[in-house]
Order: sequence, then C-alpha cells, then structure tokens
Amino acid sequence: MSAKLQATPRSEFLEGAAISLPIIVGVAPFGALFGMLAIENHFSVSEAMFMSVAIYGGASQMVGVDLFGSKVAPWLIVLSIFAVNFRHVLYSATIGRHLARWSLTKQAIGYFFLVDPLFAESERRVDRGIRLSFAWYMGMGIPVYISWLIATYLGAVFGPLIPDPHAIGIDFLLPIYFFCLVLTFRGRAHWLPVAGVSALASMVAYRTIGSPWHVSIGAFAGVLLGAFLPPVPSEPDHSEEGTL
Amino acid sequence: MSTTFWIIVVGAILTYLTRIGGYLVLSRFERIHPRLEAGLNAVPVAVLTTLFAPAVMEGGPVEWLALAAATVIAFSGGSFIVMFLVSAGLLIVLRQFIG
Repeated sequence: MSAKLQATPRSEFLEGAAISLPIIVGVAPFGALFGMLAIENHFSVSEAMFMSVAIYGGASQMVGVDLFGSKVAPWLIVLSIFAVNFRHVLYSATIGRHLARWSLTKQAIGYFFLVDPLFAESERRVDRGIRLSFAWYMGMGIPVYISWLIATYLGAVFGPLIPDPHAIGIDFLLPIYFFCLVLTFRGRAHWLPVAGVSALASMVAYRTIGSPWHVSIGAFAGVLLGAFLPPVPSEPDHSEEGTL
Repeated sequence: MSTTFWIIVVGAILTYLTRIGGYLVLSRFERIHPRLEAGLNAVPVAVLTTLFAPAVMEGGPVEWLALAAATVIAFSGGSFIVMFLVSAGLLIVLRQFIG
C-alpha cells in the first residue's frame, strides 16, 4: 500500500492516462493493420470504423473481415467473432471481484472497455495492493479506445500506401506486447508452469484445430493447472512498485 | 441496412456479453471456492500467453531475439515500457537486415 489515501479522481484519471501510453504504442499499429485488412476485404472506411467503435476487439475484428472477404455465411462470421472474444468471460470473472464496489452504471460502462491490456494492467494494480477506481480505469481506457479508432481510420485511409508493413514490424508488435505483459506477472503463483502449459496447448491447438480455438484451449489448460496445483503464497509484483 | 451492418451489430452485442458475462455468472455465488480462486488468479498468464505463443512458433531468429531481449531486461529489473520499447526497436532494426 502506497500513499493512495489522498488520491483524487483527477489524479487517478491522470495516472491511468499515463499508463495508457505504452498500451497505445502496442495497440495502435494493430488497429492500423485492421483498417488496412478491412479495406482489402472490401469493407468501406465507415464500415471499418463502425466495427472498431462497436466491437472494439482487434483479433475478432481481423477474423471477422477475413471471413467476410472469403464470403462465408453471416452466422458463421458472428460465431467466430464470439469464439475469439470468449476469453473476455474469464477476464470479467477475474477482475469482477475488484469492480463489484462500483455502481451498476459504472460497471456496465467499464466492462465495455475490458480489452486485453486493460485487464492486464488492472490485475497488475491489484497485485500491488491498490484499489481499482473508476477514474483510474477510464483514464487508461478512454485514450486507448480513441487511439484504436484513430488507428483504424488511418490504416483504412493510408494503409494501402505503406510499401512494406512487415519491415516496420506491424505483425509482431502485439505478440511482443503480450509477451512483456506475461513477464510482468512473474511474481504470481505457478507463473512458469501456467505459462508453459498454456503456450504448449495453444501451439498444438493452433497447428491441429486452428485459430481462434487455440486461445480458448490454451487458456483452459493453463487455468486448470493453476486451479489444481498446490497453493503457494504469491510474491508481490516485481515491476514499478509504488510509483506514487 | 446491409448484411455487414447486422454482422457488426450482432458481433458487438455478443462481444459485450463476453465482457460482462464472467462477472454476471460469478456474482450469483456467495462464496468462491479456493480452487476457482486459484484458477482465476492464473487467468492473466494463461490467456495472455495464448495470444503470443503461436506467433513465436511461426516466427524466426529475429522474433526470438527480440523476445529474448525483453526477458533479459525483465529479469534485470527493467520496467514494462523499457522491455517493450527495446524489444520492438530491436525487431524493427533486425528486420531491416534479415528478412
């Protein structure tokens, strides 16, 4: 516990906004990539924007436009979007334990913004023993959401002008981002076995059953292992302790 | 309204349901079993790992070097942002020389 007692909604909002900066660096290229793919698959710029506004889930949007381009049945596209986003059920179950103090309206709004990096940062904050405030959460969530929309727009409009997206690393920035996030959780109980089993299960599933099922299968394997290994006391978070 | 419009609307509703669903289910329970608690505590690592593992498998030496750099920085006490920027920077620089 650090000097959190004097925190005002304003200071919490700004603190959240500062955390959003590295998230945006990781996520914005992905949003631009989505915009580019959407146009390649015959979406209009406004359809691509509408998808980012309403769904706000990068991987599911990519899968959605990809299937759209291959002319599969609409219900199958919708089912795939649901399958890719199913991991969020686990997120809301996990972080929900710490958001239950918020009013129902705040919770209803907050859950809309519960994307991977917001979930991870919220869990990191819980590990540091800090209460999650709505102001902090939205301070982080609003800039990420707006950046996602701007990145989609720029990708849709200017994407076709980029000669070689591979050379600027667009395809691998998000894997790096998630890899670094997992490293920051290394103080948690059974960190290495859980990561190892999830990695192995997701890679096997990716090769055999295919995307997007590798996410659910890998996650299930890791969560099951975490549930059944003998409990050990968790060390505190190693990273960026008590910045205030 | 076009098919695309309805695909996006239904996709958005289902996505919101996944974002609120876990909480709606769990809030019906008075107490959470310790095993479930332990499972939930494994969620961040278990799920986030699946979001990069196949890309690592499909990647080559350049990608692996970038991740190795992040690992070294993490274990020598570097912050998240340093890890991420060094790793991403290394990837982009190396890709200028190696495919």
